[in-house]
Amino acid sequence: MKPMNWVAIDQDPRFQLLHAKKTRFLWGLMIFSIVYYFLLPIGAGYFSDLFKIKVWGPVNVGILFALSEFIVAWGIAWIYARRANTEFDAMANEINRVAADIGSQK
Amino acid sequence: MNLRLSSIGCGVVLAAVPLVGLAADTSAVNDKYRWLTFLVFGLIIGLTMYVTYLAAKRVKSASQFYAAGRSVSGIQNGWAIAGDYLSAASFLGIAGLISLYGYDGFMYSVGWLVAYITVLLVIAEPCRNIGKYTLGDILAFRNDPKKAKTVAAVSTITVSIFYLTAQMVGGGVLVKTLVGIDYEVSVIVVGVLMLAYVLFGGMVATTWVQIIKAILLVTASILLVIFTWAPYGFSLPAFLQAAVDSVNVQGQVTKLIGDAAKNMTAQELGQRFLEPGLFLKSPIDQISLGMALVLGTAGMPHILMRFFTVPTAKDARVSVLWAMGIIGGFYVLTLFLGLGSAINVGQAEITRIDKGGNMAGPLLAQFLGGGPDSMLGNLFLAFVAAVAFATIVAVVAGLVLASASAMSHDIYVGVVKGEHATQEEEVRAARVSSIIVGVAAIIIGILAKGQNVAHLVALAFAVAASGNLPCVLLTLYWRKCNTGGIVAGMIVGAVSAIVLVMVSPNMTYPLIVKAAQEKVIKGADDKLAALNTDLAAASDPAVQDKLKAGIAAQEKAKKTAQDTIAKLGDSTTSIVGLEKPLFDLKNPGLISIPLGFLAVILGSLLYRDRRSDDMWDELYVRQNTGIHAEAASAH
Repeated sequence: MKPMNWVAIDQDPRFQLLHAKKTRFLWGLMIFSIVYYFLLPIGAGYFSDLFKIKVWGPVNVGILFALSEFIVAWGIAWIYARRANTEFDAMANEINRVAADIGSQK
Repeated sequence: MNLRLSSIGCGVVLAAVPLVGLAADTSAVNDKYRWLTFLVFGLIIGLTMYVTYLAAKRVKSASQFYAAGRSVSGIQNGWAIAGDYLSAASFLGIAGLISLYGYDGFMYSVGWLVAYITVLLVIAEPCRNIGKYTLGDILAFRNDPKKAKTVAAVSTITVSIFYLTAQMVGGGVLVKTLVGIDYEVSVIVVGVLMLAYVLFGGMVATTWVQIIKAILLVTASILLVIFTWAPYGFSLPAFLQAAVDSVNVQGQVTKLIGDAAKNMTAQELGQRFLEPGLFLKSPIDQISLGMALVLGTAGMPHILMRFFTVPTAKDARVSVLWAMGIIGGFYVLTLFLGLGSAINVGQAEITRIDKGGNMAGPLLAQFLGGGPDSMLGNLFLAFVAAVAFATIVAVVAGLVLASASAMSHDIYVGVVKGEHATQEEEVRAARVSSIIVGVAAIIIGILAKGQNVAHLVALAFAVAASGNLPCVLLTLYWRKCNTGGIVAGMIVGAVSAIVLVMVSPNMTYPLIVKAAQEKVIKGADDKLAALNTDLAAASDPAVQDKLKAGIAAQEKAKKTAQDTIAKLGDSTTSIVGLEKPLFDLKNPGLISIPLGFLAVILGSLLYRDRRSDDMWDELYVRQNTGIHAEAASAH
């Protein structure tokens, strides 16, 4: 394996851009998903009157909300995968390609 | 009016049923058709053994043994993760919870899928990029390798043994309930099979066993749901309306809510089944469990280990996406399995053999094939029983592999030999460790017979969420994290989770149990008096028979309660010497997870470690870019 100048790569603007974009995106999604998930037990525990409202025959708000948890989880996965596949992978590959030269030229 | 009466009658019968079921030595499979079950079991065992035979030829290096040579594709790994994760508890248990408690059972299943968002977003790819074979490797990257590997290995073994014990005991009971094989025999069979896969085929065979099991499980579930749902034209409202209209469901709700049922119509009772609050009474406990699931899954060593089997971080991403599709889809199907079983089989029959509801899925299969006396019904049941069996073996194999890797790779090679071991030595150490863990699992399984182990699953997740996850997350993302934080976090997280469970309502408190059982005896006495009066007054033989049956049921209930009291003897305190729980949460996550994070942070700030500091840039660059990531080995 070629020795790398890790400090220089870390400080490289391309890496810093990847870091900034990923951090904002990932933790944003993470917080959203946790909040959305905990709305379910909170709703069931403290807002059960809302969950009992029937909207489609016997199908009530609670059932729709529980089903929406699945849709939202898959949706988050899809959003993440799309962004990672198109944007983050390309940025990481670019850094990977030039990594050995970063820092050694300076 | 008629409906109302019959639903009350059903409720009364139901109340007595679980106790009857406990005493009777019944199994779901009819004796006449047991050969059919063994045939299906045999076919599945044969197939997995053939796969193991093929795998054994390939497994020569450590990379093959621990990580299947990193040559598992993303899609394959997705199926293997699903196979590793969907334990019998989720396969049979959640369908059972839905059949008995409706909405709450379904709500319970959601957290198991949401957990994978954490895995996908912040754990899988970085761990693949910097890790090698174990949790210890991830933590040792920038921290003191010996210390990090020691705490990681201890934690891995602790979490895996908790989970393993729950699986072995649960599996033994399940196989006994399904086919009537002796508990000890089924524990030994599960143990020996799992050991054969791991010992000879390492991760390669374990992966394939998990894939085969996941495919069988998903196929069985889809077929059952098609048969269950088709009569309602695949309409969600029509299917749920059938549940609301079901006399079984209305009776179950009457039983669960007691006096509150008196002023409700049959339709209201049925609808109540689709509303929250029949099972999960404490929202705080629910949130605490949710935290343990959502953060604990990402800290489960046997799940983390799966990400080292794929060639690149991108394949790790693909595998989580597939796993989320399979696992989520499966839990949506359990809604139909559980409600379908409630409608068609009925809670009385479901709880007759197993009061926890684990038989809801298998009995639904039997019903759909034509019932207990039909060939096809028993073939369906045999298939579902075999899938349950494959499920136990696949999950247990993954757990044994994770703990054996921690023992051989982290402790023996990493700490004892100071990383100086040849490939042959390491593979031999891994195999010896597998035998140790496998034999230990069999012994623990047999010793723990009859123990209540359900809370061990929750405890395993709580320890993983409170110890492993804060350490992995902060070492990956926080510059100041160091060896001091890792050691403190692992110890504080794990110990606080375990201690909180030891003083929680999960333990058996003799005084509380006795008080509850005495109440049961008093209730039974009152009912017996009333029934005997009725019997003396009744003249119709049919009514007399019904009353006699009621009397027999009450006497049995009384006897069971007396036996329970007798079994407790003179003890007045739980195993840690408490008369009542010190702590009201059944799941410790809410307290122990923040404590785990706090310990990592404080430990890191109070301790100085040059290496953790110096290695940060390398770790952070590598976890984000995959530079120098462990490559797939040629085979």
